[in-house]
Amino acid sequence: MSDVIYPRDYSLLGRDAKRAGEIGLSNAQWYAAPIPRARIKELMKRSDGPAIRDSIIWFASFIITAGLAVYFYPGWGCIPFFIAYGVLYGSSTDSRWHECGHGTAFKTRWMNDVIYHIACFMIMRPPTIWRWSHTRHHTDTIIVGRDPEIAIMRPTVILRTISLFFAIPQTIGAIKNLLIHVSGHLTVEELTYVPEMERARVYLVARIWMALHLAVIALAFYLHSWLPVLLVGPLPTMYGAWVHIITGLTQHGGLAEDVLDHRLNSRTVLMNPILRFIYWNMNYHVEHHMFPMVPYHQLPKLYEEMKPYTAPANTSVINAYREIIPALLKQAKDPSYAIPRKLPEGVSLMTETIAAE
Amino acid sequence: MTQWIEACAKDDVAQEDVKRFDHAGHTYAIYRSPDDKFYATDGLCTHEKIHLADGLVMDHIIECPKHNGRFDYTTGAAKGAPVCVNLKTYPTKVEGIKVFINIA
Repeated sequence: MSDVIYPRDYSLLGRDAKRAGEIGLSNAQWYAAPIPRARIKELMKRSDGPAIRDSIIWFASFIITAGLAVYFYPGWGCIPFFIAYGVLYGSSTDSRWHECGHGTAFKTRWMNDVIYHIACFMIMRPPTIWRWSHTRHHTDTIIVGRDPEIAIMRPTVILRTISLFFAIPQTIGAIKNLLIHVSGHLTVEELTYVPEMERARVYLVARIWMALHLAVIALAFYLHSWLPVLLVGPLPTMYGAWVHIITGLTQHGGLAEDVLDHRLNSRTVLMNPILRFIYWNMNYHVEHHMFPMVPYHQLPKLYEEMKPYTAPANTSVINAYREIIPALLKQAKDPSYAIPRKLPEGVSLMTETIAAE
Repeated sequence: MTQWIEACAKDDVAQEDVKRFDHAGHTYAIYRSPDDKFYATDGLCTHEKIHLADGLVMDHIIECPKHNGRFDYTTGAAKGAPVCVNLKTYPTKVEGIKVFINIA
């Protein structure tokens, strides 16, 4: 749009936040595919079975990989098991945080809450803060100045993007914010989306987490061993982050900002069963954003229902990065560029897309 | 004071489901519980004004379709983040095949 000023201001209190409110991009009406209510109801139905099964496998995988890593430590043989453990700790927790935060993974509420809190601790996302930030992400998906979860801001800073794979900026930010929360404060941006009544819980959880982290460090000193900090805390969050960044950047990477249609700013990517287990089917991302009440285990069916209304899915992670990497490089020089999405013949936008004008 | 208005036919709402009803510029949600009782609340989520009739009814809970905020539709009670403000509820009655709500 002609009134867009580059570089964009991604802060939640800045120029583009004000602009989004003024031109109706904030809290707006979004396109929804015309799936019959009866079918959506079927797909929205909750059950505990799939997530209990997956969680048993998940916990067993933690125990096995950690056990073998400790068994072979400090020999070279421990490395593959630490890599696998790290992926569980620093990557699979992204999707567990996400699905259980929506409350859709399990039918039983407390099960969602238990897994949510475990995953939040591992991936170092304060549970209350991130529940609210993700709420905003769904209200104002990739709306500049409104969405606190835009992973790659434009112009692309290549080194920062690479550092995401090792969770460097995320972990530094998490530790900084943990200290702020421990002291009984929120950041100025968090104050814009976390209601007053929720704030005491943020401080309480931060203090519990700080105690846990300090206990792990104390144990490492006591044992004269790196093992405790290699298994719990910021280190596994960092060395295990790469898979969730590979999968996570496909969600919106390179696509349009400031459009009111998830088909234009989100990406569905077909993935293999192992990645889909780690990622809990969040590769069906257009479908998830359009119908966030559909549990992860029903998203493949929703994907089939939505095919007539959406652009074709990327056929693999490699296929997705074939368009993402050139787009990010181009956006480093031209932040107005976005990967165009071609919708099926005869399917048009419900609302005019604002940024494409 | 009471002001009963006809909202829908009984069969317009399946058991354990919800239906939107608009009247005089206001939106309501009419619920039919699993035990075949009817309830009514304001139709928009107190969090971000999303139509609850597009949401999911589970027992006595309505879940907002946008952010999964949950209310007990029999009392209007908000059940936790991201919904913090209760829903307004309205009395209902069934006469023959019709469902009425008292909007007074």
